[in-house]
Amino acid sequence: MTRALSPVIVGAGPAGIRAAEALVAAGLRPVLIDEAARGGGQIYRQPPDGGFTRPKTALYGTEAAKADAVHRALDRIRDRVDYRPRTLVWNCERGALDLLCDGVTDTIPYGPLILATGATDRVLPFPGWTLPGVFTLGGSQVALKFQGCAIGRRVAFLGTGPLLYLVACQYLKAGVEVAGVFDTTPQTVQARALPGMLRDPATLAKGLALVGWLRLHGVPVHHGIRPIAVEGEGRVRALRVRHGAGEIAVECDAVAFGLGLRSETQLADLAGCAFRFDPMDRAWLPVRDTAGRTSVPGLYIAGDGGGIAGADAAELAGERAARAALEDAGLPVDAARVAWLDRRLARVAAFRRALNAAFPFPQDWAATIPDDLMLCRCEGVSAGTLRGVGQRGEAREINRAKALTRVGMGRCQGRVCGAAAAELLAGALGVGPDAVGRLRAQPPIKPLPITATPVQEATP
Amino acid sequence: MALLQRVAEQGRRVVRFTLDGRPVEALEGDTILTAMLTNGDHLRRSEFADSPRAGFCLMGACQDCWVRTEEGDRLRACGTFIAEGMRLVSASEWTAAGGEGQP
Repeated sequence: MTRALSPVIVGAGPAGIRAAEALVAAGLRPVLIDEAARGGGQIYRQPPDGGFTRPKTALYGTEAAKADAVHRALDRIRDRVDYRPRTLVWNCERGALDLLCDGVTDTIPYGPLILATGATDRVLPFPGWTLPGVFTLGGSQVALKFQGCAIGRRVAFLGTGPLLYLVACQYLKAGVEVAGVFDTTPQTVQARALPGMLRDPATLAKGLALVGWLRLHGVPVHHGIRPIAVEGEGRVRALRVRHGAGEIAVECDAVAFGLGLRSETQLADLAGCAFRFDPMDRAWLPVRDTAGRTSVPGLYIAGDGGGIAGADAAELAGERAARAALEDAGLPVDAARVAWLDRRLARVAAFRRALNAAFPFPQDWAATIPDDLMLCRCEGVSAGTLRGVGQRGEAREINRAKALTRVGMGRCQGRVCGAAAAELLAGALGVGPDAVGRLRAQPPIKPLPITATPVQEATP
Repeated sequence: MALLQRVAEQGRRVVRFTLDGRPVEALEGDTILTAMLTNGDHLRRSEFADSPRAGFCLMGACQDCWVRTEEGDRLRACGTFIAEGMRLVSASEWTAAGGEGQP
């Protein structure tokens, strides 16, 4: 009985941990489910247990104190939550979550549910993007933080967004040669966005320091580029980009790539949340109020999984969603604290708008993707195949296009190709990406082994 | 040959496994992805494109890093830790015959 009413949190990153902390403080015992073995999420991901010795200052740089605070928060509440690491949530329908942990499946009902599922890199295809040695920016950071490895000896950084400069600096500090930073955003656009970013001078200063540090170490930083190709046979040999009327080519053995982040919304979709197209994130996102309440009563979303706002905002939003859940359950909440959280979240939202203006999504890129380029990494479907169903009038909507081409139907379930697929179909139809709809989530959201066995119920 | 380069945390215990039948070494706490890519330059070949793949997101989203063991089990290389005596395969059964990769 108490189990059925337990609040459940999915994701033990900054949002999920702060949500759990607030629920524990109110005397509840939430279930905290996380796919990783240790808490912290992707941004504050911790190395595996055993043998890893780098201090947090080496792993998280200027964010070490924040990472440590989040890790310690989880340590403090650990015996007061039903913490389930290494556990995948693969479905979320009819008031229950389907789980997989160590090959064993389980189904748990939930009362209040807080989804803190985070985000992954947003990508668009370019020639050579499937070559070994091309990784996402987030993945390149995971290799370094979580494994003490660099993705290559001489790495080029391609795309746009704060992560582009952050990961390039982290690689340089780790002793890796950085072949160059290739930002799709023109310098004039970034200069225009500067005044808006003064809303958060500390964060802006950190960002400018990263760029300055790269330049000080002789790393070429190019703005307003578009990729031509990553070249190489079987592995990366060089990156070529278009720069104004000219071309730049650099030798490198790896490329770290990303165009900002995209929210992980599949569980919210399966749970029946209403979505709306968000022009800033250029994506369909769950409708939610400033406290994280969705259209489904008792279901809340906190952190980047509901719209990209970064780790600091995720901590605030996690606590805010937990307090909304408490309030909706008729439990007392600290009104002053809620008002403080709301003010902080509003300020973050304003900064986030400025940041987005400084690193805009390159809207012209999709049109330049060659027809014969592989769009779907899972099943090798070309960009031209997807464009074709639009051009021939066979699909005016992304799920119809998926049915006809299998784009978005492979193992990644559209997590990698979804943004590109929407852009390509919209381009073929001459409409905006909002007009082609959103890929419906499908359980299981990640592959399950057929050998998975149901959990044995304990006898009372 | 190796795709990934170790730049820190190299004082960990050595773990022995085989890659395509060849005895190789990794370190305790390595994922299968790290273990394979510090000993080689790919994880698998795409069954649809017959091109080598080495993973992409490293955080369990892209599903591009599924590898096989000699026993035929499928493991997600970025989310599974290497263990002593694992026998991993980076060649794909779909393309071993040299076809266009249609399963």
